[in-house]
Amino acid sequence: MLNWLYLHFRAFVLALKRLGKQPFGTLLSALVMGIALALPAGGYVLLDNVSALARGVSGAPEISIFLNNDVDFAQIEAVRRNLENVPHLADFRFVSRDEALKQLEESGLGDVLGGIPANPLPDAFIVTLQSDDPELFEVLKAEMKDWPDVAHVQLDSAWVKRLAALLELARTMMLALSVLLGFALVIVTFNTVRLQILTQKNEIEVSRLLGATDRFIRRPFYWFGGLQGVLGGLIALGAVWGGIEALREPVAKVAEAYGVMISLSGPDWRESLALVGIAAALGWLGTAI
Amino acid sequence: MIIFDSVTKNYPGGYVALDGINLEIAPGEMVVLSGHSGAGKSTLLKLIPAFERPSSGIVQINGQNVSSLSRRAIPYVRRNIGVVLQETRLLFDRSISDNILLPLVINGHPPGEAGRRVSAALERVGLAGREKEFPAGLSGGEQQRVAIARAFVNRPSILIADEPTAHLDPAYASEIAGLFGSFNEAGVTVLVATHDISLFRYWSPRQIILDHGRILTEQ
Ligand SMILES: Nc1ncnc2c1ncn2[C@@H]1O[C@H](COP(=O)(O)OP(=O)(O)OP(=O)(O)O)[C@@H](O)[C@H]1O
Ligand SMILES: [Mg+2]
Repeated sequence: MLNWLYLHFRAFVLALKRLGKQPFGTLLSALVMGIALALPAGGYVLLDNVSALARGVSGAPEISIFLNNDVDFAQIEAVRRNLENVPHLADFRFVSRDEALKQLEESGLGDVLGGIPANPLPDAFIVTLQSDDPELFEVLKAEMKDWPDVAHVQLDSAWVKRLAALLELARTMMLALSVLLGFALVIVTFNTVRLQILTQKNEIEVSRLLGATDRFIRRPFYWFGGLQGVLGGLIALGAVWGGIEALREPVAKVAEAYGVMISLSGPDWRESLALVGIAAALGWLGTAI
Repeated sequence: MIIFDSVTKNYPGGYVALDGINLEIAPGEMVVLSGHSGAGKSTLLKLIPAFERPSSGIVQINGQNVSSLSRRAIPYVRRNIGVVLQETRLLFDRSISDNILLPLVINGHPPGEAGRRVSAALERVGLAGREKEFPAGLSGGEQQRVAIARAFVNRPSILIADEPTAHLDPAYASEIAGLFGSFNEAGVTVLVATHDISLFRYWSPRQIILDHGRILTEQ
């Protein structure tokens, strides 16, 4: 076990040396990988921000729960308690029938109800969710409809669905782009490793004559490919952060003009680690083929 | 025990380098191989660590048929055989000590012990204190000695050398011949191909003369 670790450590050092021996070539390949990775990574970050932005501009998607006409205070409280137990809720507020009527009159539509003596509007709860997943909306709607004293549940789900579909489409396209660029990355690594093998040809042959196994010979090249991937990943990360920094101010200005609060957020440490890890894995893969 | 049983070797193009070789070499024996240029000396030596495979016949080492070994098994056979080729095949971008260290690393020796062995090997070939130098800065004879140190640092039970004294002046040549003599005295099976048998007379080795791929005489 110790010996195995030592052999890997040795291969790691050897790979580092080989990378260091040709800093220009290393930098160039790492840049290519970095750019290839930065495109989809930046795309995802942008998508994340767009979802947040869309929510901010258009208001969060809502569910309206209309109660039966003859509910009393205790029944309203029962619905409120039910709501408090629903997961994924961002917020909810109660709109009484009187309030609704007042709002209607203020909006100048009061005349519509002019001929009706009693207030025909129901009491209602307006619920906002933390998620914009349309499925969750449907599930909650079905659930709420069965609550006692609930007459009708309405989603502004067409809007939610449209936005979700758009974002989904963008995500799919980004995924396709990632796969494509991932391929390119594997090929870039494959090529640099192949060049490495050519320059190390003598050493490989001599090692074979001295009884080296294939695994022993391949080990430094795996590290080489993996390390190159890590470098590429770090460059991509830098590019994404740089891009966000550059966009931050103009976006803030636009947001201000619309009167909404938006701040761009970059990848967190877990996403960053995943990016570098994926890059390393791709480098490793490029070596394996 | 090394056994050649009706071994022939044809190189691509149909050239017959070895033609029906039968040979048995006992453990601890010292064998000197000679013959005209192109007689097949190098080819015969290369069959032992499976650098080349025979076209027909069997090569056995300690009961193991190396001529039909799988690619995965070959490295482990090679680790027990020290080889000095006609071309020294040193790594010119590595220091002398790193060159000699390589077989130990391949064999998985822990670094500390490997370092001690490298020092001892350098001492043995008279290059102590020069471990940090690079092969390019050494004379032909010194490079030859590094190659020899690399061949025996792993303490193989078989040592093969292909004209290790070629291109050396007589003083160096007898010094290197002396090295092989002393390995043999320590119990190592030694096979040397050489044009100059007289260098090895002192150890009264078994002499085999090859001629056009056949064993001409043996004494
Ligand atoms: N890789 C090869 N491909 C084709 N022919 C080869 C190859 N290696 C050797 N030969 C031929 O096989 C014959 C035997 O070669 P070998 O090197 O075994 O002779 P040798 O006795 O070692 O000669 P020398 O004393 O010149 O080193 C030679 O005629 C040579 O041309
Ligand atoms: Mg020869």
